[in-house]
Amino acid sequence: MTATDLRVIAALGARSVKQTFRRPQLMAPIIIFPSILLAIQTAGAGRAVDLPGFPPVDNFLSFMLAGAMIQSTMLAGNSGGIALAVDIEMGFTDRLLAAPISRFAIVLGRLAGTAALAGLAAVWFIVVGLIFGASIQEGVPGALLMIFFVVLSGVAFGGIGASVALRTGRASVVQGLFPLVFVILFLSSAFFPDNLMLEPAATVAEYNPLSFIVEGIRDPVISSVTWSVFGKAMASLALVGAIGIGLSALALRRRLRMGG
Amino acid sequence: MPAIEANGLERTFEGGVQAVAGVDLEVADGQIYAFLGPNGAGKTTTVRMLTTLLRPTGGSARVAGFDVAAEAAGVRRAIGVALQEAALDPLMTGRELIRLQATLHGLGRQTGRERAEALLARVDLLDAADRQVGTYSGGMRRRLDLASALVHEPKVLFLDEPTTGLDPVSRRTIWEEVEQLNGEGTTVFLTTQYLEEADQLAGRVGIIDVGRIVAEDTPARLKAGIGHPHLEIRLGEDGTERAQGIVARFGMPLPSKDGAVLVEVERGAAAIAPVVRALDDAGLSVEALDLVEPTLDDVFLEKTGHHLEPDEPDSTEGE
Repeated sequence: MTATDLRVIAALGARSVKQTFRRPQLMAPIIIFPSILLAIQTAGAGRAVDLPGFPPVDNFLSFMLAGAMIQSTMLAGNSGGIALAVDIEMGFTDRLLAAPISRFAIVLGRLAGTAALAGLAAVWFIVVGLIFGASIQEGVPGALLMIFFVVLSGVAFGGIGASVALRTGRASVVQGLFPLVFVILFLSSAFFPDNLMLEPAATVAEYNPLSFIVEGIRDPVISSVTWSVFGKAMASLALVGAIGIGLSALALRRRLRMGG
Repeated sequence: MPAIEANGLERTFEGGVQAVAGVDLEVADGQIYAFLGPNGAGKTTTVRMLTTLLRPTGGSARVAGFDVAAEAAGVRRAIGVALQEAALDPLMTGRELIRLQATLHGLGRQTGRERAEALLARVDLLDAADRQVGTYSGGMRRRLDLASALVHEPKVLFLDEPTTGLDPVSRRTIWEEVEQLNGEGTTVFLTTQYLEEADQLAGRVGIIDVGRIVAEDTPARLKAGIGHPHLEIRLGEDGTERAQGIVARFGMPLPSKDGAVLVEVERGAAAIAPVVRALDDAGLSVEALDLVEPTLDDVFLEKTGHHLEPDEPDSTEGE
């Protein structure tokens, strides 16, 4: 990776962020939908914290912050995939491929943008959460750790969206992943503790890598950082990231072989 | 060393569709070469191979001295590419797009900014530089696309149907810019489905049909190669049969077209007066007479057996 490649990745990442801010349909899933869902769930299910076995949080909003962040991040990954597919459809990717840059820089640029958006979304949810009464037990370092996990999640889930975009080249197909995102989210501990779920959802959620990532983000909210939770979150991120980036690399190679 | 050289270049897609079936061509340094053909002839596939966007499945090609398959990075550094339909992000501003293009070609921040400003001024887009491309007219988009392809001062410029869909005024603006670039030493390879474009701009024309080059030469030699000009005569009253007999004394009669009498004349304009006099002496009054030089369409017709029928320009495009 050369210095020029890094500049290209930064430039494409910046383009990706600007593109999202300029196209409301890309921005809505990242900030607006998760914020609305956060407000509805917090208002409607706030007393869930009184259930026996519920994690020891100050309030339901504190519990829900990690879920809102991961929802936002997964949708950011999906939106990034849609934007990449639109680039392919309108021929913008050809402009990039005709330039003397690393082929994979095109994907990394998109992932950098998704990661940056995920980071911005994380800051948004922390600020909103704190304003409305959430608390983070680990304080500022805990908040930074949450942002760190969310940014890494942006790269990992962005890779999944990018791989589908590169494989199909069609925005409508990537858009079709939206329902799947919610299935995966609800079959994890993002919105509800897995130990309080009914079977078989409880077992699925217990082993869903997304649950480990969510727990990693949530850990600083509940208590001081637990290294086993941190380790499992990092391992899950590495797994999802490897799958996403690996599939993207394969899809890109195939696309280049087929001729863009 | 030629700027572009292809030998037996082929591309067969999955399913066995052969889009390019052995193209041989040579473009001299500093030349404008027009690749003329209808939609689906293989023009864009050839350009995509020459610009490294598509790997050939047969044959070889070199651009600016680099092999398109083995030395693709070298090719990409040497070329500028403006692809069909101006693949521009409608959400970016013109200035952002050219600056991004500068970054893609490894130019430093300051150099990139300076080049962007100079190019925006060159294509008369400085006033619109901070507007999103989605608000640009078709002509403005093409000019921006052209400017962005020039940001790294390429040796060879590929333009894939640079004026398709543009109105005549916007088309002429692009032609002037291409001629100016060529005057500055840039080799230009352009594909087009417009005969006039190839005729006006190109030093050399390759006619492609069904994936093969069917004729290649200078426009003048191509036209000269298929025959002489012909007279197209419209009479004031019905007398077509008699007129055909008379004009046959001056050259080879051609099948009449839309009621006009046609005759091929070796002497060109010098044949007009004697023909008119002969018709007048026979009591036939000439209402209109045209001397029609052979066109590239005639060449196309002779080589392929059908006329070149370009897509109609969109009258809503342009400025």
